[in-house]
Amino acid sequence: MNEIKFQERIDAEKKIEPKDWMPDAYRKHLIRQISQHAHSEIIGMQPEGNWITRAPSLRAKMILLAKVQDEAGHGLYLYSACETLGISREELVKQLHDGKAKYSSIFNYPTLSWADMGAVGWLVDGAAIVNQVSLQRTSYGPYSRGMVKICKEESFHQRQGYEIMAEMAKGTPEQKAMAQDALNRFWWPSIMMFGPQDSDSPRTGNAMKWKIKRQTNDDLRQDFINKTVGQAELIGLTIPDTDLKWNAERGSYDFGEMDWDEFWSVVNGNGPCNKQRLAHHKKAHDEGKWVRDAAKAHAKKQEVVAN
Amino acid sequence: MMNSLFTYTLRIADSSLILGQRMSEWCSKAPTLEEDIAMSNISLDMFGQANGFYQYAAQLDGLKSADELAFRRNEREFFNHQLVEQENGNFGNTIVRNFLHDTFNFLFYTQLANSKDETLSALAHKSLKEVKYHLRHSSNWLVRLGDGTKESNAKTQIALNELWMYTDEIFEMDALDTELFNKGIAVDNSSLKSDWDAMINNTLTEAKLIRPEDEYMATGGKKGLHTEYLGFILSEMQYLQRAYPNAKW
Amino acid sequence: MAENATVWEVFIQSKNGLAHKHAGNVHADDKVMALENARELYTRRNEGSCIWVVKSEYIISSETEDSEAFFDPSNDKMYRHPTFYTMPEGSKHI
Repeated sequence: MNEIKFQERIDAEKKIEPKDWMPDAYRKHLIRQISQHAHSEIIGMQPEGNWITRAPSLRAKMILLAKVQDEAGHGLYLYSACETLGISREELVKQLHDGKAKYSSIFNYPTLSWADMGAVGWLVDGAAIVNQVSLQRTSYGPYSRGMVKICKEESFHQRQGYEIMAEMAKGTPEQKAMAQDALNRFWWPSIMMFGPQDSDSPRTGNAMKWKIKRQTNDDLRQDFINKTVGQAELIGLTIPDTDLKWNAERGSYDFGEMDWDEFWSVVNGNGPCNKQRLAHHKKAHDEGKWVRDAAKAHAKKQEVVAN
Repeated sequence: MMNSLFTYTLRIADSSLILGQRMSEWCSKAPTLEEDIAMSNISLDMFGQANGFYQYAAQLDGLKSADELAFRRNEREFFNHQLVEQENGNFGNTIVRNFLHDTFNFLFYTQLANSKDETLSALAHKSLKEVKYHLRHSSNWLVRLGDGTKESNAKTQIALNELWMYTDEIFEMDALDTELFNKGIAVDNSSLKSDWDAMINNTLTEAKLIRPEDEYMATGGKKGLHTEYLGFILSEMQYLQRAYPNAKW
Repeated sequence: MAENATVWEVFIQSKNGLAHKHAGNVHADDKVMALENARELYTRRNEGSCIWVVKSEYIISSETEDSEAFFDPSNDKMYRHPTFYTMPEGSKHI
């Protein structure tokens, strides 16, 4: 009975709110997806944070720091949305540390030159934005509202990345080579950010039925590729895919086969930076414990004084 | 006079930049996510202040841009306080370092806001708003850490003892300072000491920390003499500008 | 495992004169920290002129399941809305 009413609300495009009845599987799916999204924002701070102290101008430094700071903020919005489902942030972080919760594999690739700040902003944020724009219409109220806020704030992220790429592409030959190299390394991992092909994505069914996801992996990926090809051409960079060509019949670009062995290997922990990213997060968390304990102890003493 | 004003402005900019750089090293490493955001905000404020003062210095200089001033000078040409280049260490070290410096900055900018030089006065007004917030942030944390647990009190006391030696040079006056002070442009740093003492003592008492004795006190920032840390800060920060001198970013 | 941090709900007044609006939440151990954390997170783009924080545990919410009993009774009391009334044609300033 509940389940039927629930589906009717979903079908009528009504938002589900924290206190509403929801199927257990819906709650679980949301916790998994939102926490994965939150962890991605937080772990995603590292590859870009890697270049803040080396940014080549005062302007670039401030922009990059503000962008990485936004990611921390977006992680917080998402943890906060996830908490409305009855799970604490501490528990979510523990799941991350125990390897039970995942984050986007893209952040397991290293950022090796300043051009990577361009590639990450342009491609990784670009891909994320395509996904997030679609998620603004997700059926769970707090997630949807979080996405609206995030999309609004992230609009500058992709632009700053593209600006770096454009500057470097028209710079010295060394700069242009760095930009092309960054594109070469980040292109395939970026388009794999949308996840496995629909035919290999077992969870898509329920997620679409419940309107948690509003578009399939393949549709979102195609949308991203269609948007990006022209941007690369405009600044004179070449997307590293020889099969990439316009298909007038489909009104879309055809593209080459992704390396799914690599994809699954990185998802399962064997990417260039998996261990490093998690160790970094754990270390910061462990080293912060005495500080969090001190703040708690101080607050308790204050309460005693106040009472 | 132009030259003195340039150097005076550069000194202020350097301290802001180096502290901003140190604070930006915290990104993704803070004890809580909320605090990570707070430290980035402080860092952004410091970079913003540095940028303002460098822009003015560049305008006075007429030869080098703000970025060239920040990214193309060597250790011996940097004039920041040695206090701000000290390592982040643990969170307690950072809070103590910032608290000592924020207190100075608060008093300094309050005075500089009255400068006869309109640009310095305007920059000081703007900075003061931010510094008030920084001081609140570091003071509140100092009290939490000092009062919190035995462990946090001990760690913070050690940090205070270690950093104390860098608190003397911030009040120094050299010939250049005096020249500009007499013209109503610069701040008499030495006159800030008694207010600084009172503010520091107040918060230390609240934080249950013991004010260290003055023993060996470091000096040299104004002359471009630094601790060994600055060289590493600059080589990291200036790497791209140095490696690709003809590139625009 | 360490105990969870306290969760605070954050309400932001975007401009003087407007109502405070729920923005989200933050974790903090004391009220000063809650205000500061809220300021850092929710006003990065100059969104606020005043912030309220309140511990989440003190928020009492109506149940959505009850919403019919709770809200529908006011549905048929249209006389509370100015559009309910017919004004003579040509009347002004009313």
